[in-house]
Amino acid sequence: MAYSDKARGYYDSEIKGIQGAGTFKEERFIASPQAANITVEFPAGAPHKEVLNFCANNYLGLSSHPDVVAAAHEGLKERGYGMSSVRFICGTQDIHKELEQKLTGFLGTEDTILFPSCMDANAGVFDVVLDKEDAMIADRLVHASIVDGMRLCKAQLFNYKHSNMEHLEEKLKETQDCRFRLIITDGVFSMDGDIAKLDEICDLADKYDAMILVDDSHASGFMGKTGRGTHEHCGVIGRIDVITTTLGKALGGASGGCVSGRKEIVELCRQRARPYLFSNTVPPVIVAAASKVIDIISNTTDRRDKLEQNTIYFREKMTAAGFDIREGIHPIVPIMLYNAKLAQDMARDLYGEGIYVIGFSFPVVPKGQARIRVQLSAGHEKEHIDRAIAAFTKIGDKYKILGKKKNEIIEMYGL
Amino acid sequence: MNEELKKTIIEYIKREYLEEDAPEEVNESTPLISGGIVDSFSMVSLKTFLEKKFSIKIPDDKATPEAFDSVNNIMNLLKEFNVT
Repeated sequence: MAYSDKARGYYDSEIKGIQGAGTFKEERFIASPQAANITVEFPAGAPHKEVLNFCANNYLGLSSHPDVVAAAHEGLKERGYGMSSVRFICGTQDIHKELEQKLTGFLGTEDTILFPSCMDANAGVFDVVLDKEDAMIADRLVHASIVDGMRLCKAQLFNYKHSNMEHLEEKLKETQDCRFRLIITDGVFSMDGDIAKLDEICDLADKYDAMILVDDSHASGFMGKTGRGTHEHCGVIGRIDVITTTLGKALGGASGGCVSGRKEIVELCRQRARPYLFSNTVPPVIVAAASKVIDIISNTTDRRDKLEQNTIYFREKMTAAGFDIREGIHPIVPIMLYNAKLAQDMARDLYGEGIYVIGFSFPVVPKGQARIRVQLSAGHEKEHIDRAIAAFTKIGDKYKILGKKKNEIIEMYGL
Repeated sequence: MNEELKKTIIEYIKREYLEEDAPEEVNESTPLISGGIVDSFSMVSLKTFLEKKFSIKIPDDKATPEAFDSVNNIMNLLKEFNVT
């Protein structure tokens, strides 16, 4: 047998190592559609429990919206289940082109190409845009999919301190000899919910003749007054050369992603991006539903407005309750606890109270910065948010952290 | 020369990786990667700095997180390239 005891023993010890390090990820089984209210089986075999979900990327509450589900049904009926092909053989339907055009219009770019996921978009785009005489200059906190995409690219890699414009400028000066430079950042950073300084980045890009790529996965659909994304929020629509984003969060939540930007770059992705060329086409059912999502959010800003109000309300009430939260305006709200065990214990107790949130600690976030990450949704009603705040307050009181500052929490629980 | 070299590397690490108001102190044995000061992604800056500064080429199999985990480890790595 080729799968030897040696191999089995090795993989098993790796798993035990993950468990020993406290970073083993246990999946919870959800027995309902994605929504503010979900039914969860956790731990495995436990009776189903109704909880309020505060950890989904379902920012606009569209994941199970009746109009989106109906559009998916229609897509399934009219265009079938699968295409059994990559895009360039016989996998491009009229609705694929239609969705790409809608995304181009919505994001305010020149052209768009769909990918099976934003992970695939990020895995493919760098190798297409840059070669060994070029430079990639990335924020140090960019998403893992960007890090992987950059590793697949021959261009020289540089990175700058998170959102530090002086350091970015240093790197731009250092790379003046390169043919092309690409500044790479997330629009919104997923662990802190902080927003890239795209206006300043655009000015630096102009000054030093560099291009810009933004992964706007945690922004597309709701950041900016009409939800176009971080580039709208920062007033730089038309100045970002490449946007990568996902259909798996605010824009319906199923899967799929895209590269949207300068038309030559998009066309080259169509010709050369390996995850695009060698993956099946995005299924018609997802394309039809995502297309409906773009229609909904193009016609009204009601859902992003509600998300904004929910976010302001939650942030204000949690601050007033005495929690140490990272300031900001994004629906990602980090409740800072600093100590990893405290974050895990509180998340477990909150689950007991019917609030589903997750504690994050090193290596997902820097050492000593453990937190519970709360994510608001337009699918949350005020009563949901009030229940979450009440539960947080009860559990926060149990651990005596209400009104405590960073150094006081660290003094009580250590780092 | 050895002390001078250490100082140069420590100065670079502070400038490249720490914020101005950061409380962390860096000395020759401070764990850099396992201590969370430098992550595997941002390690590339340090590698590029050493290569440019000393006109060497550190192959990928030598540029491991362990080799870069402290200034002392980096000094040992540099010895292999006759930089002392």
